[in-house]
Amino acid sequence: MTLEDLRELAEKEQTRQAQFEHRILYCSSAGCVSSGCDAVKTEMKKALEELGLTKKCELVGTGCLGLCGEGPLVFVHSDPTLYQHVDAAAARRIVEEHIGQGKKVQENILDMNDPFFSSQKKIVLENMGNINAESIEEYIAAGGYEALAKALTEMVPEEVVGEIRKAGLRGRGGAGYPTGLKWDIVRKGVADQKYVVCNADEGDPGAFMDRSVLEGDPHRVLEGMAIAGYAVGASQGFVYARAEYPLAIDRLKTAIKQAERLGLLGNRIFESQFNFRIDIRIGAGAFVCGEETALLRSVMGRRGRPKVRPPYPSEKGLWGKPTVINNVETYANVAPILRNGSAWFSAIGTQKSPGTKVFAIAGNVKRPGLIEVPMGIALRKIVFDIGGGTPEGTQFKAAQAGGPSGGCIPTEHLDIPVDYESLQTVGAMMGSGGMIIIDNTSNMVEVAKYFSEFCMDESCGKCIPCRVGTKHIYMMLEKIIKGDATEEDFELLKELCMMVKETSLCGLGQSAPNGVLSTVRFFKDEYLVKLKKSGAPGTIVNQPAAELSPAAAKEA
Amino acid sequence: MSVITFIIDDEHYSAKEGDTILQVTRDNKIHIPTLCYLDGLSTFGACRLCVVEIEGSPKLFPACTTKPTEGMIVRTKTDRLKRYRRMIVELLASEGNHQCAVCVVNGHCELQNLAYEVGLDHVRFPYLFPHKSLDATHKEFVMDRNRCVLCTRCVRVCHEVEGAHVWDIAGRGINCEIIADLNQPWGTSESCTSCGKCVRVCPTGALFEKGASIGEMQKERGFIKFIVNARNKSEWVHTAHEEE
Repeated sequence: MTLEDLRELAEKEQTRQAQFEHRILYCSSAGCVSSGCDAVKTEMKKALEELGLTKKCELVGTGCLGLCGEGPLVFVHSDPTLYQHVDAAAARRIVEEHIGQGKKVQENILDMNDPFFSSQKKIVLENMGNINAESIEEYIAAGGYEALAKALTEMVPEEVVGEIRKAGLRGRGGAGYPTGLKWDIVRKGVADQKYVVCNADEGDPGAFMDRSVLEGDPHRVLEGMAIAGYAVGASQGFVYARAEYPLAIDRLKTAIKQAERLGLLGNRIFESQFNFRIDIRIGAGAFVCGEETALLRSVMGRRGRPKVRPPYPSEKGLWGKPTVINNVETYANVAPILRNGSAWFSAIGTQKSPGTKVFAIAGNVKRPGLIEVPMGIALRKIVFDIGGGTPEGTQFKAAQAGGPSGGCIPTEHLDIPVDYESLQTVGAMMGSGGMIIIDNTSNMVEVAKYFSEFCMDESCGKCIPCRVGTKHIYMMLEKIIKGDATEEDFELLKELCMMVKETSLCGLGQSAPNGVLSTVRFFKDEYLVKLKKSGAPGTIVNQPAAELSPAAAKEA
Repeated sequence: MSVITFIIDDEHYSAKEGDTILQVTRDNKIHIPTLCYLDGLSTFGACRLCVVEIEGSPKLFPACTTKPTEGMIVRTKTDRLKRYRRMIVELLASEGNHQCAVCVVNGHCELQNLAYEVGLDHVRFPYLFPHKSLDATHKEFVMDRNRCVLCTRCVRVCHEVEGAHVWDIAGRGINCEIIADLNQPWGTSESCTSCGKCVRVCPTGALFEKGASIGEMQKERGFIKFIVNARNKSEWVHTAHEEE
């Protein structure tokens, strides 16, 4: 495969697509699969065949179209129309009326001028709704693997790293470490073998960004990984995906096979000296394996437990070798940066946090779904313009950002720009992009309990503060909710949270109390109303034995 | 070899390159409490008792894995650290079923010593009283999981020094447990050589010799360093016992 071959392939595919007057793209991501897109596909296929329209119209499954709450979604590409809530009957009508007679099916039309669409900026998700998720040819026709070709034929590894550094791309897994800097450390490392690892162990409740990218555009991630491999001098990559994502894993497997078939993965890629293979490792469902050191141990077939850093994976990672580990979304940004240049990328978003961020909006919101917005957008815009606000009759109370490690952002901070630094100032964090909208029907102590339970269940048990601390945080919250806790208990809870935060070994333990700390900070009243006054009847005050008088001790 | 000069609790100290803060403090008789750390074994960094403050960072650092840098200012005994260390021991006390008065290591127990040291006169958290099993199937030793603090010294000594890897951890979070081989009775383990190293390094009464009664199980935890030194450096010198 050479660059000319690639372009030829792209042209061939474009010509093939052009012979159809219409292209119907139905969403084939897990969200729409669960709302019944398979039946839609079958019905449409049948209708196309019955009406003899198969030469006129192509039917393909594409990646997530965003509005997961309104699925199954169908997009008629040629005459841009988005249909929502498509059932088998509607599917038949779309084929018969829209494709057959040129009349749109008004009942199911979704207004594409809605702020849900117009407020977004798509880089990572640019191919969603445009290409077949299972076709490498369609990815190539949309400019795919051009960036890899450019890197391999026109740039030395140092330039690739330099371009990523100049773009200012930061890790999309949550912490926001500069990607270029990480790559540079690995590139400079001296070793006979280096590795590139993709963290696809997305485990935050309510988060489905990485899953959607892998399901809808797997080649984008593979291309980003291959570019990373070239930039740092690695010949082996691993995607660590969780077993709960069977569809994503299937699509990845297909994509790897296709790329190998065309020589875009394997030996002497684009006739250069660069060899790169990618293998999949499937996680067994431990949240802690999303922590990079635990993930690497799991890839090596060992127990997934974090270890103390330094040394960082960029110095000593898989089998002690320098290893680049980035999140799915980070890799998905790499190819567009090389294709369009670092200046293009850094002009999007804010100065310190360039580019876009994909969020999975869930919870009590009118339009849950998958969105991509420029960094620095006001939180209010995400919640109200894109998400449509909370359901009728309820009021917005908080946005929970950053997964179980994140925090709740209340109404008074709705105008905060969404970037790495700003979110931290209000005790939340960017996280991998899960955002749960909470309205006034939820109690914040219950919310804190939910996230605490998650952290307790997912603690690996290595360090004492997280292993035992999260258990006691959870029990204490239960006690508060039952109305059995005193003011002393509340003070102790706060101290315990600070201790777990400051002494835990890994990022999960250090952020496990964030759910409590941020709700205590912004919704303290909801805790206080449930507390007993100390010394009130029925409360047992823990008293040290030594302080009891001998007489009292005898009585006890 | 370059020498690093840095400050611990307002005094100047020097360290060899590669030394950890904990090694320097031990060489200079500055006491920092530890539990999972044991001379001769790999560092685990999990008990978090040895955390120290380093000026310029809001974070706390485990002394056992952190290496000093030139001019670093380390504090080992601030109020915050004392409060946190007390709470860590408090959490341990609430986690297991620790009944000192009827324990084989009463008086020789590292957990008990830690409790005295951090001033644990009462426990503010509810005791969890977990259902843990006792394994007395081995012909010489007993594993009582009620007294285990999951420091993994037994796992590490068996894997790193004896080379048998009998012990490992099963479960996660609060349900973690030490298991023999593939979670089978210790007595049926074919990998166990009955060397007893795990019993001797265990900080509590979780591992003990059969027949030991209350307070009779004395441990000898320093010998691992002796073995490892002898193996790696051919130095047959007893340097142990200083942190007992």
